[in-house]
Amino acid sequence: MSEVKKAATREGYGKALVELGAQYPNLVVLDADLAAATKTSMFQQAYPDRHIDCGIAESNMVGIAAGLATAGKIPFVSSFAMFAAGRAFEQVRNSVGYPRLNVKIGASHAGITVGEDGASHQCNEDIALMRAIPDMVVVCPSDALEAAEATKAAVAYDGPMYLRFGRSPVPIINDRPDYKFELGKGVVLKEGGDLTIVATGICVESALSAAEQLKADGINAKVINIHTIKPLDEDLIIAAAKETGRVVTVEEHSVIGGLGSAVCDVLSEKAPTRVLKIGINDVFGESGSAQILVEKYGLDGKGVYARIKEFLN
Amino acid sequence: MDNLELQKVANEVRKGIVASVHSAKAGHPGGSLSAADIFTYLYFEEMNIDPANPDMEERDRFVLSKGHTAPGLYAALAHKGFFPVEDLITLRKLGSYLQGHPCMQHTPGVDMSSGSLGQGVSAAVGMALAGKMDEKDFRVYTLLGDGEIQEGQVWEAAMFAGHKNLDNLVVIVDNNGLQIDGDIAEVCSPYPIDKKFEAFNFHVINIDGHDFDAMRAAFLEARQTKGMPTAIIAKTIKGKGVSFMENQASWHGVAPNDEQFAQAMSELEKAGEALCQK
Repeated sequence: MSEVKKAATREGYGKALVELGAQYPNLVVLDADLAAATKTSMFQQAYPDRHIDCGIAESNMVGIAAGLATAGKIPFVSSFAMFAAGRAFEQVRNSVGYPRLNVKIGASHAGITVGEDGASHQCNEDIALMRAIPDMVVVCPSDALEAAEATKAAVAYDGPMYLRFGRSPVPIINDRPDYKFELGKGVVLKEGGDLTIVATGICVESALSAAEQLKADGINAKVINIHTIKPLDEDLIIAAAKETGRVVTVEEHSVIGGLGSAVCDVLSEKAPTRVLKIGINDVFGESGSAQILVEKYGLDGKGVYARIKEFLN
Repeated sequence: MDNLELQKVANEVRKGIVASVHSAKAGHPGGSLSAADIFTYLYFEEMNIDPANPDMEERDRFVLSKGHTAPGLYAALAHKGFFPVEDLITLRKLGSYLQGHPCMQHTPGVDMSSGSLGQGVSAAVGMALAGKMDEKDFRVYTLLGDGEIQEGQVWEAAMFAGHKNLDNLVVIVDNNGLQIDGDIAEVCSPYPIDKKFEAFNFHVINIDGHDFDAMRAAFLEARQTKGMPTAIIAKTIKGKGVSFMENQASWHGVAPNDEQFAQAMSELEKAGEALCQK
């Protein structure tokens, strides 16, 4: 078996920013003392005059970005998801969302794969928070390639956007010639008629792995990658639900308010379907390696497969 | 504009505040009236703005960080010609472009949405930073309440502005001494305000916020100050210009009833007539 290529989604973000910096002279990047961790240090080195370190003050950083946007800049605000979406929630809502300013929030270290730092830094609530803000676009890429494409799409889009990235290296799953990122469009990665697995972020790979295992049991699962959680590709999800009758959602986020909730919101109204939501079950995380935590919380291929088997019985 | 003219405009701005809050049956007259002279000086003397071209790229910017005093800002904008004065009485009504707190998408001349205390100042800092990055000459002004500076974000913003030497930024503190729960010194004292801003590397000027000569000197000094932002601590009277509202915390966020409205307007009419006879 050939070695699987791996990279963290934050790497894709950092690299894309450097590329975009050349193309867009008005693109600026803001950090709160975490440029090395958010991978924006690459941009900082390439364009020191357009990198603004705000110190450890995320709320102010979001406000500064809003002010920069009013003057025609395209600011990318970078921090950990916990602080970008959590601490600065109200600044994002009132200083960016309400005036609909062209600010991009690049949040790294989302979810439990933060690992050893533990629950204080493992943000499993950011999708729920950001999704609730009117007009906020919420994107959660599945690998480093998609993270780079999503970052490029963010610059092309005029308005507030939340981009969710992870800390730990994850397999590259989108390395194919026909790959194309379309904001708001889900991607069918595997066809199947027995059930639909809808996944986002690093759980797309787990969904593909679970689908492989199900296939060995004679169960054909359709797998959909939802990189844009808001606006959600409702048509694709409704059609898949009608076709397969059962839906499973998988995300590295609380089962409250994330992708699972977004899918249920649509299906309960437009195509009532039984849905199994796989995610973090209303608990805080803990310290441990990313790998061990993903296994413990049942978000790896094996864990997802086991939950689906239970659901089908 | 000479001081007498400024006083006349400020009196009209005060009338606009009282009339709009009365019409809305809600709003914040106290802090709007305390800042009426500051709004007037900024919009009629200090700032480079064009009511016919509110989005002019080179314009000076103003962020009302104490966003609840929108009636004062709206009255100044209306009298400056950004929109009709008659529209002031649509304040807070369904469908009005004069929202309860400033909304940049709806109101000509409003440079930033605000209202959640502590946030406007950061946006103003971002605007000043953009000006520096692009080597533009525009200046940025932001008005804070003295209660508002209890918000920690204000000091995050101040630390950054001082650190970045943003001499194109002027922070004005409307020091009327009262917040909803009472005297700011008793609720959670922000004093000494001047020394705090000095410690955050601001050039600080203390003035009487109802004295146009003092404002003229202070804003000129701010322009001449290089390498650091300026903070103008303006001592004011909450409710200034309406006798029964002056220095009363209870007038922070309530509207006058019809009788009180009539009395307030009569006082302001008389003040206006007295100015015309000068």
